[in-house]
Amino acid sequence: MDKYLNIDHVSIDFPTPNGPFRALDNVNLKIEKGEFISIIGHSGCGKSTVMNIVGGLYKATEGGVVLEGREVDEPGPDRAIVFQNHSLFPWLSCYQNVELAVKSVFGSSRSRKQIRDWVEHNLELVHMTHAMHKMPSEISGGMKQRVGIARALSMEPKVLLMDEPFGALDALTRAHLQDSLMDIQAELNNTVMMITHDVDEAVLLSDKIVMMTNGPAATIGEVMEVKLPRPRKRLDLTDNQDYNHYRSEVINFLHQHHARKVA
Amino acid sequence: MKDKLIYFLELTGFTWFIPLVRLTAGESPKHQMQVLGKMVGVPLFAIAVFLFLWHLGAAKVITSLGQVPGPTQVWEQVNVLVDEHKASREREQAFYERQEQRNAARLEKNPDAEVTIRSYTGKETFVDQILTSLFTVFVGFLLATVIAVPIGIVAGLSDTLYSALNPLIQIFKPVSPLAWLPIVTMVVSALYVTDNPVFEKSFITSALTVTLCSLWPTLINTAVGVSSIDKDLINVARVLRLNYFTTVIKVVIPASIPMIFTGLRISLGIGWMVLIAAEMLAQNPGLGKFVWDEFQNGSSSSLSRIMVAVLTIGIIGFILDRITLSFQKFFSYDKNAVIR
Repeated sequence: MDKYLNIDHVSIDFPTPNGPFRALDNVNLKIEKGEFISIIGHSGCGKSTVMNIVGGLYKATEGGVVLEGREVDEPGPDRAIVFQNHSLFPWLSCYQNVELAVKSVFGSSRSRKQIRDWVEHNLELVHMTHAMHKMPSEISGGMKQRVGIARALSMEPKVLLMDEPFGALDALTRAHLQDSLMDIQAELNNTVMMITHDVDEAVLLSDKIVMMTNGPAATIGEVMEVKLPRPRKRLDLTDNQDYNHYRSEVINFLHQHHARKVA
Repeated sequence: MKDKLIYFLELTGFTWFIPLVRLTAGESPKHQMQVLGKMVGVPLFAIAVFLFLWHLGAAKVITSLGQVPGPTQVWEQVNVLVDEHKASREREQAFYERQEQRNAARLEKNPDAEVTIRSYTGKETFVDQILTSLFTVFVGFLLATVIAVPIGIVAGLSDTLYSALNPLIQIFKPVSPLAWLPIVTMVVSALYVTDNPVFEKSFITSALTVTLCSLWPTLINTAVGVSSIDKDLINVARVLRLNYFTTVIKVVIPASIPMIFTGLRISLGIGWMVLIAAEMLAQNPGLGKFVWDEFQNGSSSSLSRIMVAVLTIGIIGFILDRITLSFQKFFSYDKNAVIR
């Protein structure tokens, strides 16, 4: 059976003065349409590298990525990326940042009014219409990341890639954005691949959690399905047994691997 | 209104007037007076001290052209130069008026008579020389910018090209304008051969020397600015599949504008310094030639007149730097960055 997104036996070597360094070894992952998966692991284990390969920013040394039956080996708007540090262009307003993306992707096929409506629609999804004409330097980190998400969504990606999207935010802002993301996900049902190192975030948001072993030659250690019913409410889950079970599974995995690394 | 005015003053570098604006708007007079004292009072006091020391020191040195001029003698020469300029302009006007009267009279006698207007050939005044210098440095600097910015952008985007250019840049950067000048002079003489030249050879030689010397800071700063753009911003452009040209226009140039302008400011400063030396040797009728002529002239007022030129060169250099700084502030996306 063909899966929507197929990461097929991917390995990558980085050149170093002492010969090639194998960062990822034989990573195999199949993702279905509409699935929300998180990749979790210790820092430096190569989880961002997996995302960069899917995004086309890096080329796999062995194996490849197939999306809807087609191999992808260069970046494109069908795999929009939300970067950790938002990466908005600081010389453009929030609106213009999203507009640049929409114009580059749909510029030839949509009218001016359609483009404007689409930009505003996406800013509305992330609740940023009130500040859409402000410059990135004038808004908070959480708001910048909202605009970053709006920009990625506006490209109508087949897979939305998120590289620790909330890693740089404070806990309260992070919780708000996670809730927003769940709302958006309920509405659009995107296929999402998110890199994170936050266990609660992974369990709360994902359908599947992919746990990675430590590098060098990191690979997938375990894949766990999270069968909590949606919509999930943060407060209801705090003393939900299943939730705590999933949580401890992930924590156990990470601790075992950390222990091995230290030893 | 007040805020807009203050922003404008900040942008144009007239920060001295900001406390005055706030004062007239009735904003905490005591604090504004303190700011005013610090911003205007301290520099003015320093200038006064400098003038006093200059006055004392100058009187002690006697040269073959007489005593080294102090502030008062130099100020006298400023007035003399301004008067000379006015007198020359009056003579010029009178010269053209005489011609017109004569031509009108001739046409009255014989309507078919051929009349010509000869141009005035008097000596350039100090003001003319300033304008010549400004025009020359502007042409040289513009040429340097047109060459350096595109090469810098391409070199910043390609490591290979940067490695190729870097040794050349490092070798040519420290070369003195005086070393370039003979070569430029000979090349211009060989290549610029026309019967009715639009520009003097001396002008082209000086401008090209300015170009050769002022090109490097812009080139290096542009390349470094471009290569140090946040990789994620470039990745955004890659995800959007912007082509090379669009990436340069929409991402690379806006991101590296601050560095490009830092380079341009250094370049213009160097260009202005180089120009004076180039004009001395190439005999381009600008400030450099003025200094050289006064030196050769060797009258009792020569040193004072050269001193006027020195101060003029300094003040114009300062103004040029302020103008580029204003442009830099205006074009930078980060309006809060402190740029000095």
